[in-house]
Amino acid sequence: MKVLVPVKRVIDYNVKVRVKADGSGVDLANVKMSMNPFDEIAVEEAIRLKEAGKADEVVAVSIGVKQAQETLRTALAMGADRAILVVAADDVHTDIEPLAVAKILKGVVDEEQPGLVLCGKQAIDNDMNATGQMLSALMGWSQATFASEVDIDGDSATVTREVDGGLQTIKVKMPAVVTVDLRLNEPRYASLPNIMKAKKKPLDEKTAADYGVDASPRLEIVKTTEPEARAAGIKVGSVDELVEKLKEAGVV
Amino acid sequence: MAVLLIAEINNGELNVDATAKAMTAAKKMGDVTVLAAGASAADAAAEAAKIAGVSKVLCAEDASLGHRLAESTAALIVSLAGDYSHIVAPATTDAKNVMPRVAALLDAMVISDISGVVDADTFERPIYAGNAIQTVKSADAVKVITIRTATFDAAEMGGSASVETIGAADNPGLSEWVEDKVAETDRPELTSAGIVVSGGRGVGSEEDFKIIEALADKLNAAVGASRAAVDSGYAPNDWQVGQTGKVVAPDLYIACGISGAIQHLAGMKDSKIIVAINKDEEAPIFQVADYGLVADLFDAVPELTQKLG
Ligand SMILES: Cc1cc2nc3c(=O)[nH]c(=O)nc-3n(C[C@H](O)[C@H](O)[C@H](O)COP(=O)(O)OP(=O)(O)OC[C@H]3O[C@@H](n4cnc5c(N)ncnc54)[C@H](O)[C@@H]3O)c2cc1C
Ligand SMILES: Nc1ncnc2c1ncn2[C@@H]1O[C@H](COP(=O)(O)O)[C@@H](O)[C@H]1O
Repeated sequence: MKVLVPVKRVIDYNVKVRVKADGSGVDLANVKMSMNPFDEIAVEEAIRLKEAGKADEVVAVSIGVKQAQETLRTALAMGADRAILVVAADDVHTDIEPLAVAKILKGVVDEEQPGLVLCGKQAIDNDMNATGQMLSALMGWSQATFASEVDIDGDSATVTREVDGGLQTIKVKMPAVVTVDLRLNEPRYASLPNIMKAKKKPLDEKTAADYGVDASPRLEIVKTTEPEARAAGIKVGSVDELVEKLKEAGVV
Repeated sequence: MAVLLIAEINNGELNVDATAKAMTAAKKMGDVTVLAAGASAADAAAEAAKIAGVSKVLCAEDASLGHRLAESTAALIVSLAGDYSHIVAPATTDAKNVMPRVAALLDAMVISDISGVVDADTFERPIYAGNAIQTVKSADAVKVITIRTATFDAAEMGGSASVETIGAADNPGLSEWVEDKVAETDRPELTSAGIVVSGGRGVGSEEDFKIIEALADKLNAAVGASRAAVDSGYAPNDWQVGQTGKVVAPDLYIACGISGAIQHLAGMKDSKIIVAINKDEEAPIFQVADYGLVADLFDAVPELTQKLG
């Protein structure tokens, strides 16, 4: 079985995001970019499936600007076998919407015929939490979102999902799209020799047009603003003072 | 404008809080019909009919709709879509699972987790863990939306809409439910509680989380946790508050042994009053706290529990 892992290049999760003063967006120039943390977990899971003999090839794919190559090299250094870059924008500030990403991924899936697509549950930049579900819909496949445990057994997968009430386990028919949550695994670091080896692994370059997809957005971004700041608070010196303040505020 | 609001139903019971909060946002978009779907949904439909402002309730009961499996639920919603300009739901994990699927089947871009309705086409939503608020205008014929409940007040009860029974769509039979692991609790639900007491890595163990729970119980509060506390096994996953967990906005949020990473703040910084108890006076949580107490939580939390009430 082939496993396809879509990986997104996003602002590193440690970076403090700055909104541009003119309201046109978030400043991404000269900011550290990394692989979306959920996608590292997806890559890790795919590699573990290969190590367990349940997958024979792991293909990473990224859609966006040319610089997403770096993200794909990271996936290759972790252990993916090959990579596909679909260039769909020139400006690093252009975010491709999940619907367009899902349509392009459908093109890749039709070509590559994987038995499983492992996505992240959410990209930490746009916080959409949508692409995997959308791809599954376009393929007419089953979906299992927010996975904290994945057990592949022939033509079905048993997946435990993190839901509002606790955990839910479902069984889905393969091929399937699974989106991964934080507690599925702990991704490995790429070793130096593997980073060197990754430079030689195949990385194909395509465009959105190769898949006949119009990636233009459905959502017009009217403006981007800073959230309202909270008024500065105070430090209290003791538990007694805290209790007094909370009583004054009428919340206890 | 005609809006279809998907009711949040768990095991046949309406989640009134989530559905009524979503109703407040939905009303700003047009005339609202509620869909109550599930293996058993009649009681939930009757309850939803009482939410003020609801025009009509559609009730679909079918085994294939049990446990909100994405494929069959999405198929039902898509079969109804022709009558509506907006299809909306509270942003629960069930809706986050189903609504993007619905949107793709309708060739629309889902608008996730909106925190504001500017007009029927224009919405506000937090991005980058709430570090920025984006205003977006949708060009799609049908708008598929999930609503961040923490930012809307619940619509009142007291309505009396009619309930119409409808059938399920064909079940594509792609997935089946196996089991749920749900902890029984008498505590209020995290996303609707008036007070939340949360513990982080500083609590140190599952055993010691009991001091957090004791304070919560004294205040009739829900219990929350940071990702670090959940990852370390001190607390179950459904207690996680944050960018990728639950978003809460109670009257009072008490953070104990939580440093205040941006991903955690994303889930609680709209709380009315924030209290932080942390032994590190430099902890970033103090920047958002109304009342900060620099102290060892193992002293301060039991003392607080004892002195309250
Ligand atoms: C993709 C992604 C998504 C994430 N999503 C979330 C999310 O949804 N929610 C979330 O919470 N995090 C999330 N995180 C993790 C987040 O970045 C932080 O790692 C996490 O919030 C830290 O948890 P913490 O504050 O409990 O632990 P730490 O940062 O380790 O802080 C522990 C604090 O406890 C204090 N302390 C220790 N002992 C005591 C004591 N005896 N008394 C008083 N204080 C004490 C310390 O001074 C310290 O400030 C996410 C991260 C990523 C990458
Ligand atoms: N531009 C992209 N390129 C590759 N994968 C993506 C892209 N956008 C989203 N994804 C995948 O879809 C997941 C969810 O993203 P989102 O729906 O944007 O929150 C991510 O974790 C990735 O696995």
